[in-house]
Parts: sequence; C-alpha cells; structure tokens
Amino acid sequence: MPKLIKNGEVVNDERWQAVDTEADNAAPGVIATLSQWQALDDKAGSAVQLEPGDGVETLLPHLADIELIAISFPVFTDGRGFSYARELRQRGYTGELRAVGGFIRDQLHYLSRVGFNAFQMNDDRELEEAVASLGDFSEHYQAAVDQPLPLFRRRA
Amino acid sequence: MYVYDQYDQRIIDERVAQFRDQTRRYLDGKISDEQFLPLRLQNGLYIQRLAPMMRIAVPYGLLNSRQLRKLAHITRHYDKGYAHVSTRQNIQLNWPLLEEVPDILAELAEVQMHAVQTSGNCIRNTTTDQFAGVARDELEDPRPWCEIIRQWSTFHPEFAFLPRKFKIAVCATEQDRAAIHAHDIGLELVANADGEVGFKVLAGGGLGRTPVIGSVVSEWIEKKHLLTFLEAILRVYNQHGRRDNKFKARIKILVKAMGIEAFREAVAKEWAPIKDGPSTLTEEEISRASSFFTDPDYEQFDEAAAAAALAGQAAADPIFGNWVKRNTVSHRVPGYQAVTISLKMTGHAPGDITDRQLELLAELADQFSFGEIRTTHQQNMVLADVRQQDLYALWQRLQSAGLATPNIGYLTDMICCPGGDYCSLANAKSIPVAEAIQARFDDLDYVYDLGPLELNISGCMNACGHHHIGHIGILGVDKKGEEFYQVSLGGSQAKDASLGKILGPSFKQEDMPEVMEKIINTYVDLRGEEETFLDTYRRVGIDPFKERVYAKAD
Repeated sequence: MPKLIKNGEVVNDERWQAVDTEADNAAPGVIATLSQWQALDDKAGSAVQLEPGDGVETLLPHLADIELIAISFPVFTDGRGFSYARELRQRGYTGELRAVGGFIRDQLHYLSRVGFNAFQMNDDRELEEAVASLGDFSEHYQAAVDQPLPLFRRRA
Repeated sequence: MYVYDQYDQRIIDERVAQFRDQTRRYLDGKISDEQFLPLRLQNGLYIQRLAPMMRIAVPYGLLNSRQLRKLAHITRHYDKGYAHVSTRQNIQLNWPLLEEVPDILAELAEVQMHAVQTSGNCIRNTTTDQFAGVARDELEDPRPWCEIIRQWSTFHPEFAFLPRKFKIAVCATEQDRAAIHAHDIGLELVANADGEVGFKVLAGGGLGRTPVIGSVVSEWIEKKHLLTFLEAILRVYNQHGRRDNKFKARIKILVKAMGIEAFREAVAKEWAPIKDGPSTLTEEEISRASSFFTDPDYEQFDEAAAAAALAGQAAADPIFGNWVKRNTVSHRVPGYQAVTISLKMTGHAPGDITDRQLELLAELADQFSFGEIRTTHQQNMVLADVRQQDLYALWQRLQSAGLATPNIGYLTDMICCPGGDYCSLANAKSIPVAEAIQARFDDLDYVYDLGPLELNISGCMNACGHHHIGHIGILGVDKKGEEFYQVSLGGSQAKDASLGKILGPSFKQEDMPEVMEKIINTYVDLRGEEETFLDTYRRVGIDPFKERVYAKAD
C-alpha cells in the first residue's frame, strides 16, 4: 500500500494501486497508463498516469470524469509535470492530482503551488518531516493554482 | 532604485531559512549530492575547481552604497578580499565555504540582496542597459519592467526545472546595449504605429555551442500583457524543449526545430486562455514599479556653461581630458555625465574588484552619484549621475585607487570569463590570455587609434565571455588535454547583431598575442577612412585576415 502525503497529511492509499505497464488493460483499482486509459469504455471514476512527453491534450475532454490524475516524475529534474499540472487545473480539473516518482521533498512547495494535492515520493522514509516543506514560503509573487491573484493585486 | 516592502523582505528571509535547512540536511547526509545540486545552484552556489563559487544576484545591475559596503564586508570576512563582476551583471565570490553560505545569504538579505536563481535551469537575472534611465537615446526607462520581471520570475513554481537555463534582457534604445538578440527572450520597448509604447518580443537567441540570433515572436504587445505572454513562451518551452541532450536543450534549439511560425502558433495557443487573466498587469502596478525609478534631485545647470567649464579643465589636464573622452558619456540631464569605471587595468583579471575598491566606490557613489552604482555586462561599473563640475574631483579619487584606466570600448576593455583558473567547466584558462594581450597592447595611443573594438574571451563553449558576439572572439578549447584557442571575427552584440566566423585552426596560448597583433595589423593596413574594425571586416571578409595570420614564415 503506497504511503503518500495527501492534503497535507501522511496517509496510506487504499484506493489505488500503482500503474502496471506490462498489463494490456488496467485492472480495477489500478492506475492506468495513458494508452490503457484511452482503451477504457467508461472513463467515469478512472485514474490515469501521465509520463513526461504525454501532454495533457488527450485528457481534456474527460476531466469531469476522472477521479485521479497521477503525473510521473521519473527524475526530479524533469519539470514538464509542473506545466501539466498547471494546465489541468487551469482547464478545470478538480479531482486528485498526484505527483509520483523521483521528485524530492524540496520540490513539494512548488508542486503544491501548481495544483498537486497528493505526493507519492519514491523515497518515502521521512514523509512526516517532509510535510514541513509544503510551507517553505508563506508569500508569493506570482499567481498560481493555490493563489490565483498575483501579489501585485494583493499588496496592501 | 527598487526598495523592498514587507512582502519582498519576507520572501527573501524565508528563502534564507529554506536554504539553511537544506544545507544542514545535506551536511547531515540526508540530501544526496545529485539532489543538492539544483538546490544550491538556484542559490548561486557552484562547486568549482578550487572551492565553491558563489554568484550573488545584482538585479539588472543596480546597487546602492549600503549594498556595496556589505559586499566589501562579505568578500573580506567570508572570502579572500575580492569579487568578480560577471557578464550577467552579477557579483561572484571565488572562495566561500559551503557551510557559511547560509550566513552570507542572511547578510545579503539585510541589505535586500540575494543569490536567487543566479544559476541552475531556471529563469536567471534579467539584464538591461547600464545607462538605463539616463541615456539620451532611450524611449523610456526599462528598469521598472526588469523589476516586474524579477518579481514574476522569482520562485516561479512552474519554471524552476526547465530543460536549461533561461535568460531575459530588456532594452529601450535603437543602439541595443543589452545584447537582447543573444538572449532566450529579448524584449525591446518600441512604439507601434499609433505611438503607443509596448514590447517587441524576440525568442531563441543565445550563445553557447550553437550561437543563434533571436527570432521575432511578436512585433508588438501591449505592456499590460507582458507577464502572460512571457508565461506562454515559458510554458511552450517547459513542455517541449529537449531534455535528452543538454547541448540541445536551450529554447533556441526548440525555436529552430519547430520553425518560428509554428513556435508563434504554439505560444498563441498557450496565451489565449491566460491573456487578460489575473496576471495581466494593472495600471497601479506599473506606476508602483515606475515610482522607484523617478529622477533623483538633479540640479539645474546651464548646459553650455557646464560644458565650457569641463572643456577648460580637460584642456588644462590632458590626462583627465582623455579619461573624460573615453570613460564618460552624455546624460539626458544638462550638466550631468555618466561615468564608466574600468575594471580592466593591465595586470588584473578583467572584472575583478577588491574589498577596498568596493568601499571606495560606495563612498564615491554617496558623494557623487546619489548613492547608486551599476554593474555592466562588459564587467565594468558605472556611476550614472555625476555632475560635470564634479568629474575632476571624482577622477582624482579614482586615479589614486587605480580605477581610472581610460579604455572603455577599446581593445583592452575586454570581456573575459573566469576560465580555467577558477571554473570547473572551462576547457582552458582565459585570464592569462587576456593579460598577455593587454600587456602586448599597452600603448594606449595605439589602442585609441584602433577605434572601438570588442574583444571577448571565453574559456569554454558555454560562452560566459560572449566570444561569439565580440568583434574578435577567443574561445578556449581542449585538444587531447592541451589548451588551445580558437579565434573568430566579425561578431557584434549591437543592433546589427551578428555572430563571429571562425578564422581557422586554433592556436597555443603563447602564440595568442602574436595572432592578435597580426589580426590588428591586417585591419590597420586595410581600413578605409573612419572605418572601425567591424566595418573593415564586413567589407573585406575573413580571407585577408586568414592569409596574414596563417602565412608561413619566409
């Protein structure tokens, strides 16, 4: 059972199993790869994982149906997932948006700003301590998903 | 100059705390080297050949005297008593200790400074014209826009892990002094057909291994759309820029691969949903940013009288007169002049400055230039608002400190990266080459006779010394473990930007002064009346230079 940070707390995910890239079809309760997900007849309540390079286009017509979108970070230095997340939220996705993979604690704050609300790190040894990094900054210049108004529209 | 309010200060203070914690966890072994790398880079910290190198941000090159004094203190207390002005108008320390970097950042935060995003694959320090706000040929002051971009790009959550570094420059003059054509994004303040000032936007310029002149993404956008338009460009780049090969990861490669038409369409598509959204700039914000760059308390002078008095002093002391001619430029306010302080004295590494010199400049800035000073991307410093009647006194002070070398814009005012003496990326040393050339061309009258000449030296492909856009460029290369130097001719960073062409096979370090001399002699022999080096090169091409330099000795 994967351990993750969700909505600011460390939890065990009892709902979704990690993707199985070998399978032809995504079994119930397993996060689908993009191609497995495309093959689903019924997308209601589905879960899908995007890899860098997948882009978000394919998902856009179904955002209201999807329960979980996982965005994979095979290496923490590949920042494409930051733009995917922002784009999905901007297009109105309100379900769970989960970062998955090799990202690190020190990226949690930026990840949460672009719209992720769940974080499943390969290195989950010190998740309790890592939660603190969500709050590295209490103020920001730019608009983002967590604060839709830039500072210049809020300066007192 | 911009002054922090409670928000700016809080953001910077929280950054210091964050990096202190990261450093502690790294030293405790809880963060791996690989993971710590981008964290320290985005705080300006490289691990270099001999020690860490720390790059302190100087937003668009502007410093006040308090900050200069703090920098002097930092170089003395945490380093070896000198600093280096970089080609991105930043300040570099060569010998800080990793353990002390959080303390250095805390000291900087006390004077509203930081090292945010001075390195790493993120949006870097925005640069501009060193004469911004005082230049006669300026459409309007670019600095409020640099500050608006600084705030937008600082800790931008979406663009901290880009395919590669990302550099933005802004200019507001015909004669581009910010090299905007050689930037990932170049912005030029221009008026449209109705006379309204907005931005011309270029993208995909850059130096490095594959030098490219930027392409026009938009001929003109309204000022209020600046940030959403930048955001759209960055979003295209972040999603589609190459990440498989670091030498093909800059936006210039993406723009070339897509073609400028397709790139423009992709940007338009990303822009549409955010255009007119909350990040659209408000009138209040534009005037707030502009309010920090209003005129200081200029006195009123009679232009003719001030000029006559200065001419009298110059005639009485020709050495002073020469310095005025070479190192100062006219100011839009009568009776004032902008002074460039050359950090290119023969025998010193170009761009280096000591703690005592920093303190002296702080004093001179207070006394003569409203307490402010600027760094330039040519690695010099500028006192932008000096009364003409004070120039003589200022010059005397500079001269006694060895800071009055009258060579601005000439051969010996060369741009030079730290090179293999300090930098672990370098293939070859650059400082000894610079020094050897300076020593060879030590006759100032001869150097003046050669006219405006830009010599740019980089110790490797990364092109920190901007060798591609020097009239003469020198690039250090590694050939089977030996250091060699490749020469290119005909580059230009100005409005008529061009990239230099490689002369031919590379040379050994000890041959470089001789090679330079042959290139210069070719120019002197071939030049027409009033022709600069670049003019002559453009007229005659590279062949005459090649023949002379590679001619077999008889």
